Amino acid sequence: MNDVISESQRPRGLAIFHIDAPLLLGLLALMGFGLLVLYSASGQSQAMMQAQLIRLGLALAVMVVFAQISPLTYKRWGLPVFILGLLMLIAVLLVGEVGKGAQRWLNLGFIRFQPSELMKLAVPLAIAWFISNHNLPPKIWRLLVGFVMCVVPTLLIAKQPDLGTALLIATSGIMVLFLAGMSWRLIAFIGLLISSFLPVMWFFVMHDYQKRRVLTFLNPETDPLGSGYHIIQSKIAIGSGGLQGKGWLQGTQSQLEFLPERHTDFIFSVLSEEFGLMGVVLLVSLYLFVIGRCMLLAIRAQDSFSKLVAGSLTMTFFVYVFVNIGMVSGLLPVVGVPLPLISYGGTSMVTLLAAFGILMSISTHKRILASS
Amino acid sequence: MRRQREAIQDHAAEALLFKRRALVAFSIVVLSFMVVLFNQYHLQIRSYHEYQTRSEGNRIKVVPVAPNRGLIYDRNGILLAENTPVHSLEIIPEQVADIEQTLAELAKLIDISPELQESFLQDVRRQRRFNSIALKEQLSEQEVAILAVNQHRFPGVTLEARLSRTYPFGDLFTHSIGYIGRINSNDLQRLREQELAANYAASRHIGKIGLERYYERLLHGSVGYQEVEVNNRGRVIRTLRSDPAISGQDLILSLDVGLQLTAQQALEGLRGAVVALDPRTGAVLAFYSNPGYDPNLFVHGISSSNYNALLNSFDRPLINRVTQGIYPPASTIKPHLALIGLDQGIITPSSRIWDPGYYQLPNYSRRFRNWRRHGQGWVNVYGAIIQSNDTYFYDMAVRLGIDAISDSMKQFGFGQRTGIDIHEESAAIMPSRGWKRARYNQPWFPGDTVSLGIGQSYWTATPLQLATSTAILVNRGDSVVPTLLQGTRFQGEFEAVSYQREQAVRIQDPQHWQVILDAMEQTVNTREGTAFRAFQRTNYSSGGKTGTAQIVGIAQDAKYDADALQEQHRDNAMYIGYAPAEDPTIVVAIVVENTGGGGSTAAPVARQLFDYYFSAGVNQ
Repeated sequence: MNDVISESQRPRGLAIFHIDAPLLLGLLALMGFGLLVLYSASGQSQAMMQAQLIRLGLALAVMVVFAQISPLTYKRWGLPVFILGLLMLIAVLLVGEVGKGAQRWLNLGFIRFQPSELMKLAVPLAIAWFISNHNLPPKIWRLLVGFVMCVVPTLLIAKQPDLGTALLIATSGIMVLFLAGMSWRLIAFIGLLISSFLPVMWFFVMHDYQKRRVLTFLNPETDPLGSGYHIIQSKIAIGSGGLQGKGWLQGTQSQLEFLPERHTDFIFSVLSEEFGLMGVVLLVSLYLFVIGRCMLLAIRAQDSFSKLVAGSLTMTFFVYVFVNIGMVSGLLPVVGVPLPLISYGGTSMVTLLAAFGILMSISTHKRILASS
Repeated sequence: MRRQREAIQDHAAEALLFKRRALVAFSIVVLSFMVVLFNQYHLQIRSYHEYQTRSEGNRIKVVPVAPNRGLIYDRNGILLAENTPVHSLEIIPEQVADIEQTLAELAKLIDISPELQESFLQDVRRQRRFNSIALKEQLSEQEVAILAVNQHRFPGVTLEARLSRTYPFGDLFTHSIGYIGRINSNDLQRLREQELAANYAASRHIGKIGLERYYERLLHGSVGYQEVEVNNRGRVIRTLRSDPAISGQDLILSLDVGLQLTAQQALEGLRGAVVALDPRTGAVLAFYSNPGYDPNLFVHGISSSNYNALLNSFDRPLINRVTQGIYPPASTIKPHLALIGLDQGIITPSSRIWDPGYYQLPNYSRRFRNWRRHGQGWVNVYGAIIQSNDTYFYDMAVRLGIDAISDSMKQFGFGQRTGIDIHEESAAIMPSRGWKRARYNQPWFPGDTVSLGIGQSYWTATPLQLATSTAILVNRGDSVVPTLLQGTRFQGEFEAVSYQREQAVRIQDPQHWQVILDAMEQTVNTREGTAFRAFQRTNYSSGGKTGTAQIVGIAQDAKYDADALQEQHRDNAMYIGYAPAEDPTIVVAIVVENTGGGGSTAAPVARQLFDYYFSAGVNQ
C-alpha cells in the first residue's frame, strides 16, 4: 500500500493532467476500431463519420473535465444530484417528450435532456456515498436502503420504457452493494426472490413489445419476417463472417441492408461479418484490457467510496458490452443497449466517457486525498 | 492509538474485502467474455457453412429473363405481330404483409375492378410466393404516374415495363396468326410434361391459337438468367452475372397484306372464307375468315363480357371458316369427279347424256332436280362442267358408285386434314359405306350416291380442302401441303421452309387432266359458263368452277325462293379458281355463306383477288 502512495506521489506524464495513460490508450484503440466499423456500417456516410468524430471529441473533452474534478466533490454532490435526477425522471413521466415510441426526453427549453443518462452516474455515486459512510460490509438495513435507492430510478426508467438503461442503472446500483461486501447468503436470497418475481414482471410490468422481444429471443425462427428478423439476420451476418471475415466494406449482410439498425445497436454484427472471429477476439481483448485496467484502478483506489464507485462504473461498462454482444449474437433477448465506444450514438457516449473521467479522477487524486 | 489501529485494520480489511469482491467481479467478466467467444466460435467456425449458405441465399437471387418473342412479317416484310412496351402493376406476394389490404389501398388510387382482384388472388394462390404477379396490365399514363408517386407506400408492389404483343392489323390476321395469352394452369401442365417449364420461368404468355401456337417453340426463344444482388427489400442492387436470353425467331409468312385486305373488303358484311395458295408450293397467299375479331383483346385476358359477345354472336366470329368451316362442297367438286369418271371409263370426253331437268334412279320415284329446271338436253363433260349440269353428275356418280367416289376423293384430300401449319383444322367428311355404318348404323343407299355427284348429302369440305384439291388439279396430280410460313429469320439469317410436293392422284391417261382444265377455263371464258360474268375483260387467263350449296332440302317440285327462307338457310356461294390458265401460280377457294349463287357472289371475290394479285405482282 505504501508503494501505491509513493508511486502516486510522483505523477509522471499524463497523470499530471489527471489522465490514466493505459486506460486512455485502450479507449482510443476501441474508438479507432469503432470508427473503422462505423464507416462501413453507415454505408460510407461522410456525414455520420463527421458527427461521430465530433461526438467522440466532445465526449473525450467531457472525460478530461470530469477527471479534473476531485473525488471529494463527487462524494459531496452524489446525493443532491441523485435527488435532482429522481425528480427529473418523475417529470419525464409526467411531461416528457416522446421519441421513438418512448418517453425519455425532458425539454428544458434550451436543451433536450435525458435524465436517465444523469442517473447512470448519480445512482452509483449516491449509493456508494451512502454505503461508504460506515464500515464495510454494510449492515442489512443499509443494504436495504441502497437497494431501494437503486430500484426506484430503475423502475421509473423501465416505465418510460427504456429497458436497456434501466438494466444498466440497476447494475450500477447492485454492483456497489455487491462490491461493498453484501453477504453471499443475502445474494442467494435476493436471487431467489427475483426469480420468483419474474412472472409478476411478465404479467404486470412488461410492455407488449418487451414481451414480444423475449418470446422472439426464445425462438427467433418462429417469426422470421417479424420481430425475429433482426436476430436471424444478425446471426447470419455473424456466422457468415467466419474466421477472417468478408473484409472491410465487403459484408453483404450489412452493405445490402439485410441488417437492421446496423450502425447503432447491431454494429457488432457488422464487425463480426467483416472482420470475422479474429476481429471479435481483438475487440473483446480491447474491452477486457479496459475493464481490467479499470478494475486495477478501483482496487488501488484509496478509500471505500472511490473503490465502490470505480468498481461499479467498471462493471456497468462490462454489462454494456456483454448485453449488446449477447443480444446481437442471440445469447440474450434484444434490449436496446448500444455497443459502448463503437455504436453511433449521442448522449450515452458522453455519459460513458464522463464515467471514465470519474475513474481517472479517482486514480489520480490519491495524493491529495491521503494528505487531507 | 488503539482506535487508530482498529481504523487502519478496518481500512485494510475493507480493502481486502473489496479486492476479493473485485476479483470475483472480474472473474465474472472473464467468464462472460469466454461465453461470448465460445458462442462466436460456434457461430463463425462451427456453423460457418450454414450461415455462409444462408448469407449467400440472402443476397444472390437468380432471376430468369424472358426472351423477346419473335416477330411476324408478311411476305413483303410488313410487321404483323410486334412487341410494344406497356406498363403493368405487379405484386410480389412474398413481400406484401397483407395482400387484401394492399389491394384495397391500391383500388383507392386507380380503378381495379373486383373481377381483376379476384383473378389476381387466384393467381396468387396458384403461383409461387416470390413470383411477381400482374394485377393490372396496360396501365394508362395517368395510372402509371399516380402509382409511381405512391410507390413508396407499397413495398412489394412494382410498376413493370414489359413488352406486350400487339397485332397492328387487328382482325385481319386473327385466324391465321392467332394470338398469345397468359399462361394458364393447362399450359403450365403441358409445359411441365414436355419439360419446357424451365424455359418459361420468366414468360407470362404463350401462343394460344394459330401460328402463335403452332410455331410457339420458334417464336418463344430461350430463357436467360441474371444473378443479381438484392437487398432485404428484394430490390436489385446490381447484376453479378448474366446469361442473356435468346430471342425467338422471326417468322416471315407467305401471306400478303394486300391480298388479305382485298379479301376483307370483298367479304365486308358477309360471312365467309377466302384462301389463296401458290399451287406449285402450297404457300398460302391469303387466308381470311369473315367476320374476324381483334386478337389484341386476348393478349391480356379478354373480359367475360367481350368474350360472351364473340361466343354468342350470330356471325360466329370465333370459328376459323378457312379450316374449320364445314360446308357441302357442292358443284365445286364436279371437275374432280369428272376426272375420275374419265379415268374409270364411265364417261369419255365426247360421251353425252340427255338431261330432262331431273334425274331418277331406276325403280325409284324420287326425282333429283337439275338447277336448270327444264334441262339442258344433250350434254357432254365439257358442257356439264361449264354449265354445272346436275343431271350429268347424278348419273355419273351412280355409275361410279360410292366406293370409287370415296376412295378417289380421299386422294384429293377430302375427309383429311391438309396439314396446314395451324392446329385449328377440321378434316370434314368424305362419306363411305363404312363411315355411314359407323356414324348412323345404316347401310349406304343408292340415293345417297346420287347427291354425292353434286357435292351434297353427307359430303363436307373446308375451304382449304377445296383449295388444295384444286391445286392437285392444276398440278395434274401433285399435292402440296398448304403452308403459311415462308421462312424464319434468326439473328439476321433467313432460312426458307422446304415445301413438300408429292403425287397424290394417279390416272391412266394424263390427257384427261387437260380435258378437265379446259372445261374449267371455259367455265370462265365462254358465254354459257357459270363464272363468265364475273371474269369478263380480265388481262389474265384463269379457270374455275362455281358452286351453290343447298343448306336445306327443298321439297319435290318446290321452287327455291331465297326471300322466303331464313337467312341462315339460304344457299352458300362457292368458287374455286386458278390463274393464269397456263402454269397457274395462284389457286383460290371462296365460300360466302347464305348469299345464293356461286357465280354471282363467290366468283366476283375470286376476281378481285386475282386482279390484285396480278396488278400488285404478289408472287413475283
